[in-house]
Amino acid sequence: MHEVTYLEALRQGLREEMRRDPGVFILGEDVGRYGGAFKVTEGFVAEFGEQRVIDTPISEAAIVGAAAGAAHLGLRPVAEMQFIDFISCAYDMLTNYVATARYRAGLACPIVVRGPCGGYVRGGPFHSQNPEAAFLHTPGLKIVCPATARDAKGLIKAAIRDDDPVLYFEHKYLYRRIKEPLGEDEDVLTPIGEARIAREGADLSIITYSAMVWKALEAAAVLEREDGLDVEILDLRTLLPMDDAAILATVRKTSRVMVVHEDTRTGGVAGEIAARINEGAFEWLDAPVLRVTAADTPLPYAPTLEDYVLPQTADIVTVARKLAAY
Amino acid sequence: MTASSRRAGPAAVGDASAPRGRDAAPGAGAEGGVREAAGAPASLDRSGLLDLYYFMRLTRSLEERLTNLYRQGKVIGGLFRSLGQEADSVGSAYALDRRAGDVLSPLIRNLGSLLVMGARPVDVLRQYMARAGSPTRGRELNVHFGDLERGFIGQISHLGDMVPVMAGVTLAFRMRGQPRVGLVYVGDGAMSTGAFHEGMNLAAVRRLPLVVVAENNGYAYSTTLERQTAVPELVRKAGAYGVRGERADGNDVVAVYEVTRRAVDRARAGGGVTLIELVTYRRKGHAEHDDQHYVPREELARWERLDPLDRYAARAVAAGWLSAADLADADGRVARELDAAVAEAEAEPLPEPAGALAGVYASPARQPAPWYREAAGA
Repeated sequence: MHEVTYLEALRQGLREEMRRDPGVFILGEDVGRYGGAFKVTEGFVAEFGEQRVIDTPISEAAIVGAAAGAAHLGLRPVAEMQFIDFISCAYDMLTNYVATARYRAGLACPIVVRGPCGGYVRGGPFHSQNPEAAFLHTPGLKIVCPATARDAKGLIKAAIRDDDPVLYFEHKYLYRRIKEPLGEDEDVLTPIGEARIAREGADLSIITYSAMVWKALEAAAVLEREDGLDVEILDLRTLLPMDDAAILATVRKTSRVMVVHEDTRTGGVAGEIAARINEGAFEWLDAPVLRVTAADTPLPYAPTLEDYVLPQTADIVTVARKLAAY
Repeated sequence: MTASSRRAGPAAVGDASAPRGRDAAPGAGAEGGVREAAGAPASLDRSGLLDLYYFMRLTRSLEERLTNLYRQGKVIGGLFRSLGQEADSVGSAYALDRRAGDVLSPLIRNLGSLLVMGARPVDVLRQYMARAGSPTRGRELNVHFGDLERGFIGQISHLGDMVPVMAGVTLAFRMRGQPRVGLVYVGDGAMSTGAFHEGMNLAAVRRLPLVVVAENNGYAYSTTLERQTAVPELVRKAGAYGVRGERADGNDVVAVYEVTRRAVDRARAGGGVTLIELVTYRRKGHAEHDDQHYVPREELARWERLDPLDRYAARAVAAGWLSAADLADADGRVARELDAAVAEAEAEPLPEPAGALAGVYASPARQPAPWYREAAGA
């Protein structure tokens, strides 16, 4: 078994599902002959043909709308947003049409909308976004954010097989920076709706997801070495539906909790998690729930500016120390 | 100069015989009478000719029943009429092949299309009255419902969105090698949306088996065509997408059927997308609450004389396609069916409140209730 990157793991998952189910097909901008802007679907046209790997016009609303229509007829479309920033162009289609289809009309809409999210790559305001909070508020959608190569594969396969619409946010910083052993035909399935303990610990909990799992792990190593703190890290993996049981379990275990996400602060996922902890485990807390997030700005381009706005490992260490001392 | 007299423009793309401008479209004579085309329709037999009448009558009478129920407060939400537009709905939907599995997606004024596809009047009544047994179990309003088995997918309120969705439906037909056709309705208003443009372009690029029917009824709520678009003949937009354009008198049910049938046949044969403009007129306000104070009275009167149901009845009898007795029989059948449907729907209950939490997802099957609802035992 050889080591595969996060991107290759995602590609494996897509390829295996397309081989397994002839109803699975891909549509998006430059996904076919070019193989995708990040080469996620490289080689797919050669294997599956242009009928199942469809290059579309620059039309995110039409990509998502057409995916929905095909899904009603029993197919399993995987729509790529070239950068997840462009999913906002399909916001109406996702929130009004796709998310409500089952509830209002009994129409199955098993689509996956996936694309590269996230910063730390000097992409500027329109190639770095994390749009999860914009969709967390929409009943009818599911949202997954893999942090590891195994979950990149396991969640894309689970998303494709899921009978509900799933937004799959893959972090472009992780594409080629992390790897782990994964078999080409290893049928990894990560259950949607289940968080994962990324690091066991007893003193305080960091609840996080996506690329921030790795920053939290770095911070935990610093805190163990320099402060003797034993940090638990909960990788949510799925944001919608949220794994309340796992969140409340880690709160009860450590009684000190912080939430870390790369998205901006106001109206972010961390606020929702803090509210759930407040309602479900207030009496277990020894300290307020604290947040580490991006500042409330568009994401700037210059390295000095981007690094200042985005959460860094040192920020997590600082806030964890405040939490531990509370 | 009236609003509509400014609408004359160049002839339709791909159809040199298409009527010019809105005024000329229905063939109004000098005295305001109607001059109909001669001859029997080529592809309709007696039962088809009778169906066209039956479905137009059913549409109009069902809406009249709904109006009564609305005035009695039994329609929960708004009521949207298609008075004067029955021919464009019925004639276009009738051109689809239901046995072949063709699928359409309607707009708010396409009740007639749904009825042609097999929607039951009692279900339409249940929808308007928010009954538990309505197709959407009380979750959606009016004609916002679908039935894939019968061949229609319900619209949402966001105009234009169904064009990309129907592009996807027809893409699925293509991928599965099925000789099925899709039809989607838009209006002079919906054609201003981005979703319409994106869906048209995608369908055109991939030459999908999709017929796009543009109902030009002169108004989007209170907004006239001139304020909606600088292209007064909507069919000219076909050229911008590289698809075939056709234009027809939307108040002539036979003309509507024939132009749509040609487009459907072409789509089924691999000829790609057709944009059909049907020139018609919205004779009621946007919904029942709207008194149309912004509409010139003489404009309304002119289109009342072009009533599609009256025109078709007179023509069918004069041409010997149908007898006066045939029409009276159909009227009687419609009245009996609607008596039964209204009684059935009125007797049914509203949905159980907590049922609202089910079916947001396939899994989990039910959303949690807020704890204070559970505590209250709701």
